[in-house]
Amino acid sequence: MKIELSDAQQGYKESFRHFADSYIVPYAQRHDAEERISEEVLDRLISAGYLGSMLPTSFGGMGLDMVTVGLLNEEIGRGCSAVRSLLTVHGMAALGILRFGTADMKAQWLPRMASGKAIGAFALSEPEAGSNAAGVKTTATRTAGGFLLNGCKRWITMGQIADLFILFAQLDGKPTAFLVEKANAEGLTVNKMNGFLGARGSMIAELQLNDVFVPESHLLGKEGIGVSHVALSCLDYGRYTVAWGCIGTAQASLEASLHFAKEREQFGQPIGSNQLIQKMITEMVVTVKSARLLCLQAGYLKDIGDPDSIMETWNAKYFASLAANQVSGHAVQIHGARGCHQDFPVERYFRDAKINEIIEGSSQMHEVMIANHALQAL
Amino acid sequence: MEENKVKIRKFLSRFFKKHELGDDEDIFALGFVNSLFAMQLIMFLEKEFELAVDPQDMDFANFKTINLLASFVEKKTVKV
Ligand SMILES: Cc1cc2nc3c(=O)[nH]c(=O)nc-3n(C[C@H](O)[C@H](O)[C@H](O)COP(=O)(O)OP(=O)(O)OC[C@H]3O[C@@H](n4cnc5c(N)ncnc54)[C@H](O)[C@@H]3O)c2cc1C
Repeated sequence: MKIELSDAQQGYKESFRHFADSYIVPYAQRHDAEERISEEVLDRLISAGYLGSMLPTSFGGMGLDMVTVGLLNEEIGRGCSAVRSLLTVHGMAALGILRFGTADMKAQWLPRMASGKAIGAFALSEPEAGSNAAGVKTTATRTAGGFLLNGCKRWITMGQIADLFILFAQLDGKPTAFLVEKANAEGLTVNKMNGFLGARGSMIAELQLNDVFVPESHLLGKEGIGVSHVALSCLDYGRYTVAWGCIGTAQASLEASLHFAKEREQFGQPIGSNQLIQKMITEMVVTVKSARLLCLQAGYLKDIGDPDSIMETWNAKYFASLAANQVSGHAVQIHGARGCHQDFPVERYFRDAKINEIIEGSSQMHEVMIANHALQAL
Repeated sequence: MEENKVKIRKFLSRFFKKHELGDDEDIFALGFVNSLFAMQLIMFLEKEFELAVDPQDMDFANFKTINLLASFVEKKTVKV
């Protein structure tokens, strides 16, 4: 057994880290305060090719392996959770098309998504349908040449700027996925949602669909497999990148705390020489490493196409989201009053961390799934 | 075909530990599998038999029993 990054992966990690330090970290507080991602950051992501990080080179993507995609999401997440959220939902939409789309859909959308000319989002949740995704109430009814969509989608990350949604609706009472193109969706209203606890730059929207026509050719996959296959497959990637993003948040919390514990003096010595602070730092170090190992294992299994990668991704996301909360909580504690003020980034890490216990399956849904799987394996 | 059935049975046995699965027994009707099973099964088929499961094939009717799975694999791997 060998657990180490290849030279190429190590090289990518360093370039991702440099990119995040140069172009993401300096903007993160602004994203949080203004509740949007700045144009400069979006342009930088596009010119670095990162919006195509998850796509094969044949569609203009970077053709990265999943471990390297994970490393990218850690580094971007270390800089700003909202920017990492963009990579997550855009990738969910792109990979959904890659896996379930027709040749025409792929040719039309994937090169544009890889080059950032089109931004994708994932529209599953509704006011009445959260954890129970199959219970979506949005309907698709047949009409000449296509379908009419009616309903409401809520909490849609990047919904404010997305050009394309993978959107889920009941067709003949069966959950089905559709591609909805904003530019050609009369009857679609996109309402901004502000005032979130964390990941505040995620440009979240509520979508109102009032007789929105989508052509027959925009049905993604096939009738009835919307949640059981399309959404689950997209969410697998979502969960994976959220887990890596959590490591980024935790790593940022740890690094800030190490600097602070060395510099801040009380009782005539740096607080880091206090064993109670050292205990927190120890927990932070080991927790971050543990979460990273789980993510690396999930990534490796994805790269070799192993069916166990699916459950290992649930495990990794569950642990990493709890880890981000514990580690960012310690970071606030170590920073004292400064940890409670926006002049120090750890208060943002603390708020951002909590979101990850709710999205891509809440911690409770993970507990249900992981425990049932363990019980079944006996 | 028999060789493929052995591989399929081995994969399924992870989910049906205490149950001797018959070749024509409906996997989904037994209630052992959760919502992730279909995805795991498809990944298994694609990796083990080096085939691509198209969205149009994603029908529980294709995957309900060991016999149906084996004929699906046969159909997909047949060289033309
Ligand atoms: C910042 C942010 C971004 C988001 N982005 C998107 C997006 O891009 N696209 C999208 O489709 N959705 C998105 N969502 C929505 C998100 O996926 C849902 O919030 C999530 O699925 C949970 O649904 P809910 O909020 O309706 O909570 P509910 O499902 O109502 O759950 C409420 C509470 O009950 C618990 N609970 C529910 N069922 C059970 C059970 N069976 N056993 C034990 N506990 C249970 C939950 O864990 C939770 O604690 C986003 C949400 C947030 C906060």
